[in-house]
Amino acid sequence: MIKRTIIIAAMLGACCGSALRAEDTNAMPGMAMTNAPAAPTASTSPKPDPAGTATGSSADAQDAAGNHFVVSEPTALSGDDQKDTNKVAAYAIAKKAFDDYTAQARLEPLAVKLSDSVGHNRVAINFMWTLITGFLVMFMQAGFALVETGLCRAKNAGHTMSMNFMIYPMGMLGFYLCGFAFMFGGLGGIGTMGGYAGLNHEITWTIFGHPFGILGWKGFMLQGAGYDTAAFALFLFQMVFMDTTATIPTGGAAERWKFSAFMIYGCCIGSFMYPLFGNWVWGGGWLAMLGSNFPALGHGHVDFAGSSVVHMQGGVICLIFCWLIGPRHGKYDKNGKIVHPITPHNIPFVMLGTFILAFGWFGFNPGSSLAGTDLRIAVVAVNTMLASATGALAATLWMWWVRTKKPDPSMMCNGMLAGLVAITAPCAFVSAGGASLIGIVSGVLVVESVFFFERIGIDDCVGAISVHGVNGAWGCLSIGLLADGTYGDGWNSVPGTVRGLFYGGGMGQFWAELIGVITCFVTLSVLSFIVFFIAEKLVGNRVKLEDEIEGLDVPEMGVPGYSGVVMDKRYETPMPKV
Amino acid sequence: MKKIEAIIKPFKLEEVKDALGEIGIEGMTISEVKGFGRQKGHTEIYRGSEYAMDFLPKIKIELVVPDQLLDRAVEAITKSAKTGKIGDGKIFISTVEDAVRIRTEERGSQAI
Repeated sequence: MIKRTIIIAAMLGACCGSALRAEDTNAMPGMAMTNAPAAPTASTSPKPDPAGTATGSSADAQDAAGNHFVVSEPTALSGDDQKDTNKVAAYAIAKKAFDDYTAQARLEPLAVKLSDSVGHNRVAINFMWTLITGFLVMFMQAGFALVETGLCRAKNAGHTMSMNFMIYPMGMLGFYLCGFAFMFGGLGGIGTMGGYAGLNHEITWTIFGHPFGILGWKGFMLQGAGYDTAAFALFLFQMVFMDTTATIPTGGAAERWKFSAFMIYGCCIGSFMYPLFGNWVWGGGWLAMLGSNFPALGHGHVDFAGSSVVHMQGGVICLIFCWLIGPRHGKYDKNGKIVHPITPHNIPFVMLGTFILAFGWFGFNPGSSLAGTDLRIAVVAVNTMLASATGALAATLWMWWVRTKKPDPSMMCNGMLAGLVAITAPCAFVSAGGASLIGIVSGVLVVESVFFFERIGIDDCVGAISVHGVNGAWGCLSIGLLADGTYGDGWNSVPGTVRGLFYGGGMGQFWAELIGVITCFVTLSVLSFIVFFIAEKLVGNRVKLEDEIEGLDVPEMGVPGYSGVVMDKRYETPMPKV
Repeated sequence: MKKIEAIIKPFKLEEVKDALGEIGIEGMTISEVKGFGRQKGHTEIYRGSEYAMDFLPKIKIELVVPDQLLDRAVEAITKSAKTGKIGDGKIFISTVEDAVRIRTEERGSQAI
């Protein structure tokens, strides 16, 4: 009773606080005019634009190659720089371009005025792209729900579905309250959507003279600096990615996870578990900075759409939770030998869910450009598609011809998803051949990984550890091998395109990816232990044995998932020979 | 009156029903059951793990017949349910003490 009162009071408090709180909105001359915005200092934070009427201007007008219409004045050379002949020559060229532009602008003021609309339209295209692809990714929640419920038993359908359902609002609210601020509070300019740079507070540690971004600290509850249309679009897009991570452990740990313990996890995932590593890779934190800090590490840890940020994080949490919560009753006998595999109750759900996920992935990967005007999205989309196909085929054939002599529907689906997970990081940086190869490897990798975890006694109901964890890692490492150097100039503030080992890029990119992968594993393992431990102390994670055998729907949720349907519960749950 | 319990392969149900109909037996009760005899089950494999399907699905037919129809009923079932392969099933015969038709409250051989 007291616990519940506290929770309700906290929620109401957060909402009231969010409505009443006024943050500073230091005024600064708006973004609308000619030059690219100067880097904001702490005392002159950029003005947020909640109405969207000051976002997108001539500063955003650019051609296909990224050359801006408006030419800004080059910064004057310091005394030291004037001794460098290269810098003097570069300055001369840039100054001439600026002078030419200024002269022409004087002659055609109407063209200059038109360029404001042109820039605005470009930004509008990018807003629309980001939002609509975000909506597609939200639909993946339905895909995950179907896949997970289909792979589990009928007597737990209501419970499994409910976890997949509630994780959406729970994760979202955690991300809204503080997760987004932690992850993107120090991002700086939202370049493709008008350049708003109000999210400019990154807690940074300086280690051996290099900056290591650790955590963002702006934009809590989308207030103040966070109440800007570009920030909102970014929030929606990033939130649905966070929810993808959030829903991964519900599959692995299903059929024995207490709903109350799951809800505690739900509070934690969006608010801090996901955003920490997320800040390090996507929020301008230290993993992204590896490249600019250490020239030997390529472009730092690169992850286009989230093989590590989204999928591997989810996979690691799933691994720790599955390991700590223990296998389902009846799956293993006393010696740890598998007694009776627990077969899926609804294969049509699983395959329908997989198709929904594959469709949603067209938002997941191409959307991560945050720009409909970045035409590389066509390559990203096709690479995504190819990897899904080769992943599915490779897994099917590996099962059929090599391992079990029968094509297995659940592995077909795991194979397609593994291919999708693996291509998520490299999708913008590889060729069609590279994408297909990545899919083939993931198809075989996921099968072997599933068998491995089953053998060592970790009961993963849906193969989430293998699909998301193992293949998330593979996806990142594949950038270090197969990035072909046709895209990514300036990624993570490192000049030049992203290039892997097989395309003459050396090992640097691979090491950077490996560091990111290891960091992900260590960080999320620690965080998962902490959250599991907290839930264990508060409510206990595992359901009672008799509830697990009877089916969780009625004891945990109060109503059967399938009323009136006769289930053979004894057959579904094999009794181990004691 | 004698009770016949026949365990048969599920796909033989329609044939058995028709064969009994031909000798004038129009009533029976069926249930879906699982079982094994000397046939045993077989192993299947799912995601790399073998599992035994020990109990095989069967159909159980129960009917009560007057004594004079017993032999022809048993013969009809046997002929129509047989495939010659292992797992064809079994028939059990027992004596029935009494029977009641609920609608008319008739008893004895009037009731069946």
